[in-house]
Amino acid sequence: MGASGDLERGGGDLSRPRAERSGGPGRTWSRAARWAVPMGPALFLLLAFFAGPILWTVWASLTDAALTGARAARTDFVGVANFERLLTDVRFRDATILTALFLIGSVFGQTVLGLVLALLTRARHGAVRAAVGAIVVGAWVVPEVVAGFVWYAFLEREGTLNAVLGFLGAGEQNWLFTAPLLAVILANVWKGTAFSMMTYSAGLSEVPDDLEEAARVDGASPFQVLWHVVLPLLRRTLATTLLLITLQTVQVFTLIFVMTSGGPGARSTTLPLLMYQEALRMGDLGYGTAIALALLVVAGLFSIVYVRMLGKEERR
Amino acid sequence: MRGTRRNTIRAAATASLLTLIAAGCSSPAERDENTVRIAYQRYGTFIAMDSLMNRVKEEFEADHPDVTIELVPIEAPAEDYQTQVNLMNGSPGEAPDLIYEDTFTINQDADAGYLAPLDEYFDSWEDSEYFGEQEAEAVTSLDGTRYGVMLGTDVRGLWYRSDLLEQAGVPLPWEPSTWDEVLDTARAVRAEHGADVVPLNVYAGTPAGEVASLQGFQMLLGGTEDTLFDEDSGRWVAAGPGFTDALEFVWTLFEEELTHAPQDALDANIGTVNNEERFPAGDMAISLEGSWATQSWIEEANRPWPEWEEYMEFAPMPTRDGRGEGVTSMSGGWALSMGAHATDPDLAWEVMTYALGRENAVGFAVEGGQIPVRSDVAEDPGFLEGAPMAERFAALVDVTGFRPAYSEYPRVSLAIQEATESVMLGETTPEEAALTYTRELESIVGPENVTDGS
Repeated sequence: MGASGDLERGGGDLSRPRAERSGGPGRTWSRAARWAVPMGPALFLLLAFFAGPILWTVWASLTDAALTGARAARTDFVGVANFERLLTDVRFRDATILTALFLIGSVFGQTVLGLVLALLTRARHGAVRAAVGAIVVGAWVVPEVVAGFVWYAFLEREGTLNAVLGFLGAGEQNWLFTAPLLAVILANVWKGTAFSMMTYSAGLSEVPDDLEEAARVDGASPFQVLWHVVLPLLRRTLATTLLLITLQTVQVFTLIFVMTSGGPGARSTTLPLLMYQEALRMGDLGYGTAIALALLVVAGLFSIVYVRMLGKEERR
Repeated sequence: MRGTRRNTIRAAATASLLTLIAAGCSSPAERDENTVRIAYQRYGTFIAMDSLMNRVKEEFEADHPDVTIELVPIEAPAEDYQTQVNLMNGSPGEAPDLIYEDTFTINQDADAGYLAPLDEYFDSWEDSEYFGEQEAEAVTSLDGTRYGVMLGTDVRGLWYRSDLLEQAGVPLPWEPSTWDEVLDTARAVRAEHGADVVPLNVYAGTPAGEVASLQGFQMLLGGTEDTLFDEDSGRWVAAGPGFTDALEFVWTLFEEELTHAPQDALDANIGTVNNEERFPAGDMAISLEGSWATQSWIEEANRPWPEWEEYMEFAPMPTRDGRGEGVTSMSGGWALSMGAHATDPDLAWEVMTYALGRENAVGFAVEGGQIPVRSDVAEDPGFLEGAPMAERFAALVDVTGFRPAYSEYPRVSLAIQEATESVMLGETTPEEAALTYTRELESIVGPENVTDGS
C-alpha cells in the first residue's frame, strides 16, 4: 500500500503544472491516475525487489542480526558499531587491498585483451571473426562454477599447466598455492574478455573509415592511427565498458570460491568472500551486510575514477 | 470530483491486489501435518546418517501408510551445513521438523528459538534409561532444558599403519608416551620410507576448518596444562606456554618435513584424501584423526577397504611429557533435535525415537564409526563385532575433553586455525603466532574476558 501512496503523490506532482493550465484539481488527479495505474505493477516490482533488499541491507548493517544464538531471536539496533569494527579489522583492510588488486588486474587484462582481439578481428573475413567470437564467447557462456573448476584443474599441482611445464623441464608447483591472486585474476580475465571484446567490436564498427584513411594518407603509423584516431572515438564505449566490468568484477565470488576458497590463508580473500565468511560462516549478518556496503563504496570509488578520467578528456 | 474518487479507488484496488499477490508469494506453503521433514548432513566420508535416514523412511512409512518422511540431505562440510540449517530455521515454513544437530551448537540454536524442548517426551520414553549422564549434559542447554537426544559420540587419537611402522623398526603395538616419542617415530618412518610416505598427519591451517582446530591443535593443547577457556573464572585464556608448545609441535612437523607438504596440507579435501586414498594405498603412516575414520573403509563406504583391520591400528594421543593421565582426547557428538516449528511434535517424536531405537543405533554406531551413547548398544554383539576398536575408544571417554560451547568459539577457533597456518607456512615462529592469537582473542571476546590462566 505504501507503494501506491508514493506513486500517486509522485504522479500528482509531475503533472500538476500542465493540469492547472487545463482545468481544476480533478483533472490533475485523473491524469495522475491514468499515468500511475499502468505504471503501478512495474513500480511495485522495482520497489519490492530492488529498493527493498538494498534498504534491508542498510538496515541490517546497523543491527547485530545473526543467524543463530540469542541475537537471532532478538535483534538490536547497534548504530554504526559494525562500521567502527570494519575500520579496525585487519582482515577487512587486507580484503579491501586484495579486492583493489583483483579489480585492477582483471579490468586491465580484460580491457587490453578485449581491445586487441576486437582490433585484430576488425578487418578480417567473416569466418575468422565467427571462429574467434565463438571461442572467446564460449568462455563467457560457461557457468562460473565450471570455469572455476576448469582453472582449478589447470593450475593445481597435478594439473595441465604443470604437465606442460614439466615437459619443458620446469619443476611442478601448485599455482593456486604459490600465486593465488594471480591465478584468480587470470581465470577472471579469461572469462571476462569476451564481454570487452564484443562491446569494443561494436564500438569499432562505429568508427568511420575515412578518418582513419585520412590519417594514414597523412603518414600516420598504424599505432598513431590507433592512438590518435580510433581510441579517442572509442572513448564513450571505453568508459561504459570499464564501468560495467568493474561492477561485474568487484562482485566475483563463485570463481574465487571454487578455485581457492579465499586461501591459502587469506591471500585471495576479496571482499565478497570476506562477506560470505562473516555473514554465513560466522553467522554475523549485521557485520556481513556492513562489508557488503563497503563493497559498494569500493565499486563506487572506482566508478568515480573512470568518470573523472574520461570526463576530463571530453572537456579538453 | 467523482472521476477522481473512482480513479483513486481503482488505484487503491490495484495496489491492494498487488499486495495480496506479493503476500501470496511470500507466505509459507501450507505444511502437511503428516509430513515429517528431516535435515541432516551427507558429506565426504560421512554417509552413515544418510543410510540411517533412508532406512527410517522406508520402514516407518511402511508401518504408517499415511505418514510421509521428507529427507533433506545437505551436502556440505559441518560449518556450511549449520549455516544452511539455520537459514531453513529462519522461516517457519521451511524449518525442518527433525534436525541432525551438532551438540556443540545446541546452546546457540536454543537461544535463537530454533529448537523445541524435549524434557517431557524424553522423561516418558521407555528407552531413556539407557542414556547416561554424559549424554544428558551434552544435549542440555545452559538453562537446564533438554533440546535433543544424542546419537553418538567420538574420541580422537593416532591411527597408524602397523606394516609401515614395523618396517621402520618401531616395536608394535605402538604406544607412544610423550610427544617426543611420536616425533621420533615419524622421523624413523621418514628415514625408512623416504619421500613416498607421509610420516604423520596433524590437521592444521584454515582450509581444513574446524578439523584443524579440534582434531589438530586442541588434541595437542589437551596434552599440556593449558586450556582455551577457564571454567572457574568464566574467561578465555591467553596463549600460555602450553599453547606455544602445541604450535611448536606443528612447527617441528613442517620444519623437519615429517608431514605433508604445506600445499597438500592446505587442501580443503585433505581429510577425505587421507582416509580414502593415502591410508589404503600405504602413502601415510600415522594420522591424528577421529575414531570415526573406519567409516571410510567399511563395506558401506564410498571406497571400501575390506582389509583395513589387518593394517590399521589405533593408539591414544599421549600428553606432552606423559604427565597427568598420560593420554588425552577430544570429543564431539551429534544429536537429533526437534525444530521449534514442528508441525506435529508427537509424530516427529515418534519418528525420532524410531531412529534412535536399539537396532538403528547399532547400525549407525557401526557405519558412522561412532561410540554409542546407549548402554544397551555398547554391549550389543552386533556392535562389538562391527566395531573392533570399540573397547580402545571407550577407554578414552574418561579422559576426553570438550570444546567450550560459547558463541565466541567459532571466531576463537578461526584464530587458532590461523595461528597453526602461519606456523606451518613458516611465516612466524610459534612464539609470535601465540602472541598474535592472544591479541586476536582480546579483540574477539574483549580484553576484560581474557585471563592469563594463572
